Amino acid sequence: MTESMVQSTLTLDEPLLWERGKKGRCGFSLPARDVPESPLPVALTGDKPDFPDLSEIEVVRHYTRLSTWNYGVDTGFYPLGSCTMKYNPKTNERQAALKGFAAAHPLLPAALSQGALRLMFALERDLAEITGLDAVTLQPAAGAQGELTGMLIIHAWHRSRGKQRTRILIPDTAHGTNPASAALCGYTPVPVPSNERGIIASGAVEGLMDDKTAGIMITNPNTLGLFEENIREIARIVHERGGLVYGDGANMNAVMGVVKPGVIGVDILHLNLHKTFSTPHGGGGPGAGPVAVRKELARFLPIPRVSETGGTYELRDDYPDSVGRVLSFHGHFGVLARAYAYIRSMGPDGLARASRLAVLNANYIRERLKGTLHLAYDRPCMHECVFSDRNQQASGISTLDMAKRLMDYGYHPPTIYFPLIVHGAIMIEPTETETKEELDRFIEAFETIVREAQDNPQLLRDAPHVCKVKRLDETEAARNPCLTG
Amino acid sequence: MRYLPHTDEDIAAMLGVVRCADLDGLFAALPADCRVNGELRLPAALTEWELDDHMDRLAGAMAVSPEYLIFLGAGSYDHRIPAVVSSLLARSEFVTSYTPYQPELLQGTLQGLYEYQTLAARLLGMEVATASHYDGAAALAEALLMAVRITKKKRVALSRAINPHYRQVVRTYFAPTGYELIEIPLLATGLTDLARLESAGELAAVALQSPNFFGCIEDFREAAERAHAGGALLVATFTEALAYGLLKNPGSQGADIAAGDGQSLGIPRSFGGPALGMLASRKQYMRNLPGRLVGQTKDRAGKRGFVLTLATREQHIRREKATSNICSNNSLCALTAAMYLASLGGTGIRELAALNHDKAEYLKKALTDAGCVIPFSAPTFNEFVVTAPGGFDARYRRLIEKKIVAGLPLGPYYPELAGHSLLCVTETASRENMDALAREVKS
Repeated sequence: MTESMVQSTLTLDEPLLWERGKKGRCGFSLPARDVPESPLPVALTGDKPDFPDLSEIEVVRHYTRLSTWNYGVDTGFYPLGSCTMKYNPKTNERQAALKGFAAAHPLLPAALSQGALRLMFALERDLAEITGLDAVTLQPAAGAQGELTGMLIIHAWHRSRGKQRTRILIPDTAHGTNPASAALCGYTPVPVPSNERGIIASGAVEGLMDDKTAGIMITNPNTLGLFEENIREIARIVHERGGLVYGDGANMNAVMGVVKPGVIGVDILHLNLHKTFSTPHGGGGPGAGPVAVRKELARFLPIPRVSETGGTYELRDDYPDSVGRVLSFHGHFGVLARAYAYIRSMGPDGLARASRLAVLNANYIRERLKGTLHLAYDRPCMHECVFSDRNQQASGISTLDMAKRLMDYGYHPPTIYFPLIVHGAIMIEPTETETKEELDRFIEAFETIVREAQDNPQLLRDAPHVCKVKRLDETEAARNPCLTG
Repeated sequence: MRYLPHTDEDIAAMLGVVRCADLDGLFAALPADCRVNGELRLPAALTEWELDDHMDRLAGAMAVSPEYLIFLGAGSYDHRIPAVVSSLLARSEFVTSYTPYQPELLQGTLQGLYEYQTLAARLLGMEVATASHYDGAAALAEALLMAVRITKKKRVALSRAINPHYRQVVRTYFAPTGYELIEIPLLATGLTDLARLESAGELAAVALQSPNFFGCIEDFREAAERAHAGGALLVATFTEALAYGLLKNPGSQGADIAAGDGQSLGIPRSFGGPALGMLASRKQYMRNLPGRLVGQTKDRAGKRGFVLTLATREQHIRREKATSNICSNNSLCALTAAMYLASLGGTGIRELAALNHDKAEYLKKALTDAGCVIPFSAPTFNEFVVTAPGGFDARYRRLIEKKIVAGLPLGPYYPELAGHSLLCVTETASRENMDALAREVKS
């Protein structure tokens, strides 16, 4: 690959919405008025909102142009570590958009919503089987809300035993949301350092787990892409001392059909349907963060819960020990329908093979790039691998510079500067849906960039060169916030 | 499997590079007692066409219009969605991207969210709005936690006319915190008895919904004055964002924070989710807001651009000291709302909101003429409570047989309103359909 492989394109400019349009235009077909006017008292009505008036073509051009400044999985390789940016199947969009689902009101009587309830019940069973746990709630809106739900369950469980605890163990390789989720329940996070192999030694937990500690939140595989091999022993210690084990299942894509968290000591686990189960991330959401628990904890799950009797489904809220509701209705059903369609399309063999190929792709990149970039932990990985910019420090080139330069080659950069325990981290998660040829091109691009770092470092410091904008001033944005126009 | 591109040849070559004999060898480092034996017990894979049939059957077992007439709102609303919105949302550059951590590559999402923040702030009469929250209930819970942080007081008063599910979510979020929640009772008019705030003691916030759960239009101004007099913030909440196309918005009436749902703004009901948590505040509370914010900045060439900003509030930087644990939000729903509001414009939203109100008034009158009773005297937007001599429940059940869902029976939520139903009418309800409902109620 040479400089000529750098992308080049026509990028059209587009003003802000309110810099377009003209008063009196309308891009909406207002329904005919078939009832008389019935004005509200003037004291109750306000000024009409200050929105731009646009015609339909202006709206269409505006968003079509904006979309061309965006990069999605459909555009190209998106190796964001711990985000599992796999292909989002198009058939899933069709299923979620079916009128019976998309137009369904959430408070329809059960007899009139059997299709959605049956789908939810079946999806709960599927996720229970995949995780090796017993009961599932589909309600949490995203991974972080799943974590919060899990922490609420731990809190409710300790309270039910008559003695609340105040601390929670969180390894230094956990996801960033974990400490904030625990804090919402009043738990003080206690960091557990990983060892020289990048995992938690049971001794570290042994020394910290006491009768003030509610349990542990453990991401497995962790954010170094490494499997926590001591999980069974860690779970034994935590359980023996009256705690619970919360599993962050954001990285479940590595181990479907290989490891069942419920079998190895995890009591509560959240999944990210917008990662492992292929639903699109929408530029930041909506996701879905179902939580699975072992049967002793099922009574604490959020209400309402789907229940089945003789092939008929209903939503029930008669669970007095429940932590309550976490969303207005029953979760992000539109996301659940997509994940259900994915699981049905993949089948048991497809899911197990997806995890194996995700791990193969990650190890292939790790092996091929480890001569080029510094590999933080030189051992086989699971679904992702973590490099750093240590080898480039002599040329004064940082992870950020390399990440920005990758854009010029047509790639979304990996996750950078995370996990925090690797200085200048470059966290690559290719997922199973990428071809070997794509991985080879990406590897070649990275090799070229590393050569450029030596031969022409300014090229990297000035990157990206071919995006809609040059490198943006994030410091200025935070110093003088301008959040509305 | 069509999503998995590896050929046997690819796998063999790649296994050679990583020095593994077979795919299972990739997991050799896992302790044997961590590995599962046997396959996942899941239904066998379906072809695309089998899946279509299966999903068509499931979706077919749902009651939707036009087969059913559904007069049901209560936090989830039936509004027309222009083809423009659905079509633009199919742009997979928006749909298949991640949170814009790398702004140079995601200016589309970022400018779209900046525009949403602006439109949301204008709709709610606020100075700043976040890039979205999960839904109205979660946004309200986080807004109240925010008020506790700002005022450092530990009691919050919730109007009993706030959507019962919202109050449940607030209770869930507050349960482990030790902060106290009190409820403000109702007046016979269907409005909140704000005078009760006199004796409520020191409060972090007063939360009031308008239009409230019963559709009644509350007085934010009075609530703000009473809240401020005691050093509390007014948190305005809402489930029907379209109402502010017609009504006075929360900010203009003195609300400090507005938190509610924007599902009405072009987002399908989808059995309750995803919806759109809207959260906005006065600028002075900007650094206390939970969740993502997009800000304007410049690139190195001086050109306008957008980035995620004020990240020091957020979980990945501030860890356990963050203003929230939220990470993924409902960005695509925020973008949807912006597309929808751009299509409507200032003129369109006014007309559409007025039409919603007027249709509801028409049905109110038709039902009154059919012998029903409207128990609450306060003006309403597009929802209202109805009852009838002997209660409405028998009529509700009979109408279901006729494929009409006549609102939400209120008994399970408010025991004193057993025999009452909460009805919703939007622009989708034709006069003909409303007449049909009134006719069936009467018969």
